[in-house]
Amino acid sequence: MKTPKATRHVNQNEGLIFEKSSPGKAAWKLPPLDVPEVDTHKLLGEAERKDLGSMPEVSEIEIIRHFTRLSTWNYAIDLGMYPLGSCTMKYNPRVNEVVSRLDGIANGHPYQPEKVSQGALHIIKTLSDCLIEITGMDAITLQPAAGAHGEMTGLLLVRAYHQSKGHPRKKILIPDSAHGTNPATAAMVGYAVENLKSNSHGMVDVAALAAQMNEEVAALMLTNPNTLGVFEQEIDKIAEIMHAKGGLLYMDGANMNALVGKARPGDFGVDLMHLNLHKTFSTPHGGGGPGSGPVAIKKMLEPFLPKPVLVTKPDGTLGFDYNRPQSVGRVRSFYGNFGMFVRALAYTLANGPDGLRQTTEDAVLNANYIRKGLEGVYDLPYSTPSMHEVVFSDKLQTKKGVHTMDIAKRLIDYGFHPYTTAFPLIVPGALMIEPTESESREEMDLFIDAMRSIAKEVEEDPETVLNAPHTTRVSRLDEVAAARKPVLRWKASA
Amino acid sequence: MRYLPKSPADREAILKAIGARSIDDLFTSIPAEYRLNRDLKVPRQMAESEIVDWFRERSRENGDGYASFLGAGAYLHYRPVIIDSLISRGEFLTAYTPYQAEISQGTLQSIFEFQTMICELTAMEVANASMYDGSTAAAEAVMMAVRLTGRRSVVVARSLHPEYREVLATYAFHQGMPLAAVNFNDNGRIDRRELEKLVNQDTACILIQSPNFFGAIEDVAEVAEIAHKNGALLVVSIAEAVSLGIVEAPRQADIIAMEAQSFGVPLGFGGPYCGVIATREKNVRQMPGRLVGQTTDRNGKRGFVLTLATREQHIRREKATSNICTNQALVALMANIFMAIYGKVGLRELAKQNLAKAAYAVQRFGKHADVLFSGAPRFNEFVVQTSEDPYAINGRLLGHKMIGGLPLKKFYPELGNASLWCCTELTTRSMIDTAVGLVAESERSVKSAKEVDIEEVAR
Repeated sequence: MKTPKATRHVNQNEGLIFEKSSPGKAAWKLPPLDVPEVDTHKLLGEAERKDLGSMPEVSEIEIIRHFTRLSTWNYAIDLGMYPLGSCTMKYNPRVNEVVSRLDGIANGHPYQPEKVSQGALHIIKTLSDCLIEITGMDAITLQPAAGAHGEMTGLLLVRAYHQSKGHPRKKILIPDSAHGTNPATAAMVGYAVENLKSNSHGMVDVAALAAQMNEEVAALMLTNPNTLGVFEQEIDKIAEIMHAKGGLLYMDGANMNALVGKARPGDFGVDLMHLNLHKTFSTPHGGGGPGSGPVAIKKMLEPFLPKPVLVTKPDGTLGFDYNRPQSVGRVRSFYGNFGMFVRALAYTLANGPDGLRQTTEDAVLNANYIRKGLEGVYDLPYSTPSMHEVVFSDKLQTKKGVHTMDIAKRLIDYGFHPYTTAFPLIVPGALMIEPTESESREEMDLFIDAMRSIAKEVEEDPETVLNAPHTTRVSRLDEVAAARKPVLRWKASA
Repeated sequence: MRYLPKSPADREAILKAIGARSIDDLFTSIPAEYRLNRDLKVPRQMAESEIVDWFRERSRENGDGYASFLGAGAYLHYRPVIIDSLISRGEFLTAYTPYQAEISQGTLQSIFEFQTMICELTAMEVANASMYDGSTAAAEAVMMAVRLTGRRSVVVARSLHPEYREVLATYAFHQGMPLAAVNFNDNGRIDRRELEKLVNQDTACILIQSPNFFGAIEDVAEVAEIAHKNGALLVVSIAEAVSLGIVEAPRQADIIAMEAQSFGVPLGFGGPYCGVIATREKNVRQMPGRLVGQTTDRNGKRGFVLTLATREQHIRREKATSNICTNQALVALMANIFMAIYGKVGLRELAKQNLAKAAYAVQRFGKHADVLFSGAPRFNEFVVQTSEDPYAINGRLLGHKMIGGLPLKKFYPELGNASLWCCTELTTRSMIDTAVGLVAESERSVKSAKEVDIEEVAR
């Protein structure tokens, strides 16, 4: 008999940090002041602050225990498979963390003279070169702080490009299977969003695209492979339709983990794209961030890149060029989330060309293994070949009143993080599963067993599934109450 | 490849299970002409020891071992070691956004504590879970003010961080938001008369920074009055979070856009940092970014969830308050731990040390060169005007393994040879004395060169 993945164990309760506070406790100690003491009131006058309200006073051991206890209430990649579709929850290598904390790298000031910044600039240059090669593009900016920020930067480039030709155009085409950031970004850059319907295979309807494409469309934002995990097989026709009417093809690189080392967007007609270093390049998600969203582009967009742009100077040293008259401007202070560049580069170096290719192959292999293992047990709305992720629906289970979210919550009891629920929107009741390359065959077998077992429970004992999870420290939380009367901070009781 | 948990036999077995002859079968959906049939031209696979060596080399080329007087939006404060011990726990480091609340209570509760402490320090009622950085937080706070007031034009202080102004200009351009800049006066503060002339019934908000880019603390109450008299909002940007320990919170502001890097986040050559937006409760539905709220589970037990998501892109798509999705969660956790460590008393004592170091440096520099903007109170930064080009002086400082203040010419040509210096609790008296010595030497040699010139003319 196989050992189940999860069992219950002691889980400590822990209040809020404020509830442990009492006057006189401290976790800090400053060295003696080596300059004269100052009269703060004399220096600051009216601007002097008198009181820090209910900020906590606690000791070091209490802080260690507090956050350690809190940490044990989280699921994490380090604990097991995290099959969130389109999120690419892969292993976060620890050497990345070590090298990003080396003194000169962690303590480099963004304004220190270029002469003493060559190390950081060399890292930026090497990563840029690798990403340009991986995407098959001509140039790149690493300034955007996350994927959505990269999208915004990309659409600013699109706008500047069309503007330079006399007319910024009005619309962005976005498939109905797209991530919510795509339309939100288009709106931020002042474009109207036009929805593009998918065809019966879950792909771009090429005829519909041709009909919708005109001189008012600035670009198509295409996720490829799309959010069903399907490669847009007619990508060359899509690019041709866009280019024929002067439009640009923007690729959302959220799913680049399916392509690295196997195909390059620059080769199949993409004009610009963003990458998510926190997905494809293994930088940690950290509970929601930080990310990094470089934008790789074709030559004709280069004059518009955010400034500054990294350049090699005549003497061979690296530096920043601020004199960019056609630049869209800055999208962030300094140069972006540099610490993420360090990690992404360490990951690339650890892989090399063979490792990157094998990674992609394993990611696709894993998704297909899960598809095979669950086909028939869960409804597969699109039978198109899967790449790095597979999307099922809860159609068979809804007959018993069980929905994708219920199955997801039950999966927690089996020791797994849920898959992505209810997305993409074109699949009602979607179960979107992306195992990544980081899962062994054993872990996937446990996952498949768990999913099959839940499907059986839905038939025999749907209540168990509907009331899941049963093993967590809190049961399902009242989200409606949280939104109706928001409590967004702790307050000292009067 | 050491990160991949499959043996060749595993791969064969999986291929067999799914009915594929080879791995290539799984990539046939990519048209043949687009399949890459060669190795990527990236460096070869390296051993862990080689990777560490490579980055050690880069670290040595990057100012390792230099003492620095640089601030200007990125501050070197001591980082208590337990910050890294705690954020390195895989349960924090390798978790995703806490959408599945039942198995994300650690992240959720810590964000709730973060929101609370940011509110406490800024004197606001609600704070979000983080934004990318101080610059984008400022730009998004301005867009929020535009939505709240239904007005479009924005008045910005020139004493706001120049790069924040650049980012705002990028964001505002396509929103059709006209920006007007207000100069600073002899105290380095926003020019009141010019401000009054520029603010009118079309103004959505005034955006200032305090302490501002020159280190001067703005008269927030006065600026707020001008804003509110005209029905506009006041947005205050805070780039040096440690100032909140001793400088009065900008409580008259309507929205605060801050950079929390000073709270335990490494300089890291400019990022990742931690932006935050805080505001009044009544404005919360126009706020961008994630929010954590308290609620209960089915058994009445306290728990936390992401809430008010109808503001966000994954629900509202093009009608969302912002496109932000991934934020700076792990960096916010660093700030959260830092705030818990220093707390009510420590943060004030820490800020006092910064104040004392800067006051000492101002007094010492003032003996040999002009310290500008002395009419307004300042926190830990100040502007020194030298006779010689500051780049030349900084070149000599580098010889002493020291990085001098930031020359301001690039951003403010009218300030000539001025440079912006910063002292924190890590700046030692001997560093200050050495730097002052070099500036004094520079002033003496410029003066004696002038005397030689005069003598030559007289001859």
